[in-house]
Amino acid sequence: MSNQLDDGVRRAYWRANLRYLAILLAVWWLVSFGCGLVFAPWLNQWKLPGTGFKLGFWFAQQGSIFVFVALIAVYVVLMARLERRLGLYEE
Amino acid sequence: MSVQVWTFVLVGASFALYIALALWAKARSTRDFYVADGAVHPVVNGMATAADWMSAASFLSMAGMIAALGYGGSVYLMGWTGGYVLLALLFAPYLRRFGRFTVPAFVGDRYGSQTARVVAVVCALFVSFTYVAGQMRGVGIVFSRFLEVSIETGVWIGMAIVLFYAVLGGMKGITYTQVAQYCVLIFAYLVPAIFLALRMSGSPLPQWGMGAPVDGEPSVLERLDGLNRELGFASYTEGGGSLVDMLCVTAALMAGTAGLPHVIVRFYTVPKVRDARSSAGWALLFIALLYTTAPALAVFARTNLIESVSQQPYERMPGWFKKWETTGLIRFEDKNGDGLVQHVGDAQLNELHVDRDILVLASPEIGGLPDWVAGLVAAGGLAAALSTAAGLLLVVSTSISHDLLKGALWPSITERGELFFARVSAAVAVVVAGYLGVNPPGFVAQVVAFAFGLAASSFFPTILLGVFSRRMNAAGAVSGMLAGLAFTASYIVHFKFVHPELNSAAHWWFGISPEGIGALGALVNFAVAFAVARFTPPPPAHLASLVDRIRSPR
Repeated sequence: MSNQLDDGVRRAYWRANLRYLAILLAVWWLVSFGCGLVFAPWLNQWKLPGTGFKLGFWFAQQGSIFVFVALIAVYVVLMARLERRLGLYEE
Repeated sequence: MSVQVWTFVLVGASFALYIALALWAKARSTRDFYVADGAVHPVVNGMATAADWMSAASFLSMAGMIAALGYGGSVYLMGWTGGYVLLALLFAPYLRRFGRFTVPAFVGDRYGSQTARVVAVVCALFVSFTYVAGQMRGVGIVFSRFLEVSIETGVWIGMAIVLFYAVLGGMKGITYTQVAQYCVLIFAYLVPAIFLALRMSGSPLPQWGMGAPVDGEPSVLERLDGLNRELGFASYTEGGGSLVDMLCVTAALMAGTAGLPHVIVRFYTVPKVRDARSSAGWALLFIALLYTTAPALAVFARTNLIESVSQQPYERMPGWFKKWETTGLIRFEDKNGDGLVQHVGDAQLNELHVDRDILVLASPEIGGLPDWVAGLVAAGGLAAALSTAAGLLLVVSTSISHDLLKGALWPSITERGELFFARVSAAVAVVVAGYLGVNPPGFVAQVVAFAFGLAASSFFPTILLGVFSRRMNAAGAVSGMLAGLAFTASYIVHFKFVHPELNSAAHWWFGISPEGIGALGALVNFAVAFAVARFTPPPPAHLASLVDRIRSPR
């Protein structure tokens, strides 16, 4: 089965995968290097609503880690959907 | 029962559990020994990966380090978790699809080069041995602090346990003991943190409690910020060093995490490609449980410490203060002779020195928790150290028996012969690691910079290019790996060993510390690899189709 896969399907799969990766890694960069470090001093002028967390500090020590977990979860779901759609899903 | 008795009971019970699991999960084939027959459920593997990853340092020292560094400590939190995003998105599914046993096997096969494989084996051995020596030392330290035996005795006991289950069970035995160790260590970490959060903020959720308002008053975090300012320490929530260096350290830790061989091999053990993705997600979730609690524990413990000792008479210090003073982890020197404890930012006037490890070790006592919690923390620290040591030792033994022996020196060796040598090399590796734990070479404290820097500048770019560039060839990969390694290693050796007196921002290149140089080393690796590949022939057709096969889930 696997060697009869048509090249067009493989190419479409890989292109969609690269697109997901670009978007998810952009978010990954934004929450950690971006909000946690580069923009942290600027974000620190606000507080996370209802708490005493300065926003930049919160991203650096809490928020980025929550987003990391969410990013992997989103990728798992997106890839499973893509594989089903293209008939590449392993039962 | 006293703390001592509880410690014996809980540590003894956890050890008995690990041994029982090892007997139950005995390895019967090389596939069992190297990758647990590729039949581990993704959630189970995620838990095992979390225990594998979180070392004695994560468990004992990280919260204390963050309490001391404040916002500056964020680079460790983000660096050691963000790497899992790279692992899940860029590495795990493709390496699982490739489906061999080791990282050097991937490098060697993908580039069709024995040289690449041998270079990768040398990197894997070096990274794993430096790291494991630190773990064995950690085992010894936990034993000596809680059970009042010498550090040496502690190392020997730890060695005997690891020897037993790693040699007998291989990856299969390690996987199931790591699951048990994760449960022990996370329970031991969360219980004191939750108690402390409840007492200081009224919220049972440490992550929320550190920043939430307390009965309409400012949060604990804001109180700590105020205390730090008042006593002349650097701001807790801002500052933290130069931006360039913080970016580089974070990047080096992330790339290094994704490139550490003992973490990567865990993803060979799940049944399907998509399991590798979800397993990395579970692993990060289990890790995040500890990593988001650590900064909260840091805030609670530091605030509590300052508020209970600052400007108070030495005579009226609480019991835990006196107890940890006898171990040398808390030191007080009454410089101005007024009988009060001054804990201030100015080093000339500061009278109190608090070791970083104390935060986690003493948190049950500082929080006034029951004795069994202190015993639990000891069992948790040992679980963290043992699980990481076992994972590293497995990488060492597979590198020797599979990559060096079967792959290069003795290709015709039988399955039984290979399994035998895998066990022998695991046993030898434990003994060497134990020796290094008892007689630590001067550099054990520096292994973090070394292991992560080398993994970031060697494995990370090489594996990434192996999957995402069809054009990358053996010449490019090998020269990139060697250039990245040589650059990073010489920078670290220069500042850590040859001229430690020059190790300061004024002398660093572009203001990048040895901890962060791996990020630049990875860029050197990429640049050299692309340049060399550009002027050498593309890889042969069968390697290009291997890349196509790895990219497709079936």
